[in-house]
Amino acid sequence: MLFGKLKILRSHGWQYIPNLDGVTLTEEFRGFPQLTLTNDKSDLERAAAICPTKAITVSPLTLDMGRCLFCGECAKCAPRNIRFTNEHRLAATRREDLIVMAGQTKPCFNSESIRPEISKLFGRALQLREVSAGGDNSVEMELGATGNVNFDFGRYGVGFTASPRHADGLVLSGPISQNMAEALDICYNSIAKPKVLIVCGSEAISGGLYADSPAVDRSFLDKYHVDLWLPGAPTHPLCFIDGVTKLRAKKK
Amino acid sequence: MELYLRTKNTASAVALADIPVVEYVELYNDLKERMTQERYHVGHYFATETENGLKFYMLLLDDEQGDVLITSFVPDYYASGLASLTAIHQAFHPFEREMHELYGIPFDNHPWLKPLRFSHDRRDRNSTMDSYPFYEMEGEELHEVNVGPIHAGIIEPGAFRFICNGEQVLHLEIALGYQHRGVETEMVKSDNRLRQTLIAESIAGDSAVAHTTAYAELSEKLMDTEIDEHLQRERFIGIELERMAMHLADTGALATDIGFQLYQVACEALRTVTINTTQAWCGNRFGKSLIRPFGTNHPLTEAKVEIIRRNVADVRRRYMELRSDILQSQTLLARFEQCGLVPREDMKRIGGVGMAARSSGLKRDIRCTHPSGFYASGVAHEPVLKHDGDVMSRLATRMDELVQSADYIEQALASYRPSGKLPAPNYNAQFKADALSFSFVEGWRGEICHVALTNAEGRITKYKIKDPSVHNWLGLAIAVRSEGISDFPINNKSFNLSYCGHDL
Repeated sequence: MLFGKLKILRSHGWQYIPNLDGVTLTEEFRGFPQLTLTNDKSDLERAAAICPTKAITVSPLTLDMGRCLFCGECAKCAPRNIRFTNEHRLAATRREDLIVMAGQTKPCFNSESIRPEISKLFGRALQLREVSAGGDNSVEMELGATGNVNFDFGRYGVGFTASPRHADGLVLSGPISQNMAEALDICYNSIAKPKVLIVCGSEAISGGLYADSPAVDRSFLDKYHVDLWLPGAPTHPLCFIDGVTKLRAKKK
Repeated sequence: MELYLRTKNTASAVALADIPVVEYVELYNDLKERMTQERYHVGHYFATETENGLKFYMLLLDDEQGDVLITSFVPDYYASGLASLTAIHQAFHPFEREMHELYGIPFDNHPWLKPLRFSHDRRDRNSTMDSYPFYEMEGEELHEVNVGPIHAGIIEPGAFRFICNGEQVLHLEIALGYQHRGVETEMVKSDNRLRQTLIAESIAGDSAVAHTTAYAELSEKLMDTEIDEHLQRERFIGIELERMAMHLADTGALATDIGFQLYQVACEALRTVTINTTQAWCGNRFGKSLIRPFGTNHPLTEAKVEIIRRNVADVRRRYMELRSDILQSQTLLARFEQCGLVPREDMKRIGGVGMAARSSGLKRDIRCTHPSGFYASGVAHEPVLKHDGDVMSRLATRMDELVQSADYIEQALASYRPSGKLPAPNYNAQFKADALSFSFVEGWRGEICHVALTNAEGRITKYKIKDPSVHNWLGLAIAVRSEGISDFPINNKSFNLSYCGHDL
């Protein structure tokens, strides 16, 4: 019995990633998109036409990561114009910063717009309440993974809590289904102020494929201030970890 | 007159004109007897709007002959109502409830005619999540416990209402619909097939590969083209990798709920290896972007085959150690054995499918009864069967299936020399006009069914999706009856059903 458990321990060894900021994901991973202008716009027009969430505009050339589902199909249509790098640090503090311009080489994280009380109050510990409102369970599983044996975000005092009364903020996933809109509002208002609001996954940020669905109600996002936007379909755990770490960092 | 059109899961789409239009009374009388035989179960049953009112379609599966039976009828339901099939065979309950919710069809003698998912296009707008008619019991000793829609963990929403006598659960009712995003409506809104493919990926993120395979196979049947056998093999590997990843997640989740940290963290680590393998293949840890109609953007290469082979063998070896330790752990067995029983008869009665049904000894597995793709040509699948129908059986099924999936992947790769070149996805092919196309795929939870109808221009006008959870949620409600309420979490994890797949 004990021997069996020792064997499991030995087989697994150390699992945690010592330096969460030092990880480079596989080349296949589709993260930050780099856009290049060309005189010939025909490829781009095809790419913009096929994009299921209308994330691409041709003139001026932009790609909205808040709409993008990172399927990579546009890069197949317009390989000279669009290239997905494996950069997973996609967090933004303002919605408009998620719109990538031609020639932009890295994501835009504006730390100026972070409210100063966040690092003061939540710099040492941040407990979050997650609410899935029409999420497809992939973002939810990735958020669960941030606390697992590999990523172990808990070592920096960040975790998920069961009751909103114990939470310092809310993480939202999913396009916000009508049937969940009221429960989400109640949950957010049950969290004591001051609190943070993190929107996780492209479906939550823009509604994604369900942006125009009659079954969603996105008025929640018009009512409250969002502190952090985390794109992805789903958001990679390291994207969440990077974004939340920067959000809590002391200003230099 | 024949009541049904018999076809196969591998056959191409059927012309609407070939589907018999029968009298409901005759169908009802036939089903009354037919559905008592274990070889039959209901695949899908839905209504669609036509110029002359509603037309109903039904798909039955014949497990013995591997046939799919399709029929239709156009009843005068406003005049006379329809006799409820649920009243004689409970497995029909979610389908009749859906049609009642959407169209207000009265099903006479339906024992449980409650809203299914509060669709945005439901007939009765006064029926809302807040007015769900929960079952009630009177008694001084009884109390009710309401859980949800928001639960304690990072999981999806759903409302559970328990009626308890002390610690003991007498009744559990599960009200769903919070996750309803209008998937089936969005599916037909635009002809952009890439968009349809991505919607299929979002039906249930944890089953993205299986659901998208169902969409891809359905649309290929409408194109009537041969599918590259290498592509079929690579899809097979994708589905089995997904099965491994989710069975690992659930082994870990069950360990978490009894506070067994060693097994929990070991499974977390193994799941990371597994989904990172999928990521190294297609760039997404859940296999989104891997499956596309007619082709793929991510053909396997020698290097990727080597990564999959190495990681799967590593996960298999480490999981085997874990499994043999789990089977000797008295404290774990004491919690899981004889807990959350769903007897075989009950599972059959409610139309249970997938690994939950197999854990109760009911052989429901599309991979062996209605195989398509590489399941038909490359493997002779023998389902894992357990017989106790308790939490331990459901864990044991997972453990055995995980090892089986690893073996299958190993076999499928052993003789495989990938060319690194496969056809590109086709989003523009002309679809067959006036046809019904369907696909059945065995995802890790169980039987996934997609059905589409096309119009005279070959445009999809109706898209119906069935996640296995639609059948199995009732299984969870039955499992916790007479158990202590504190055993609910392990029962819930032992099923791990989909909210979004059910709510659509």
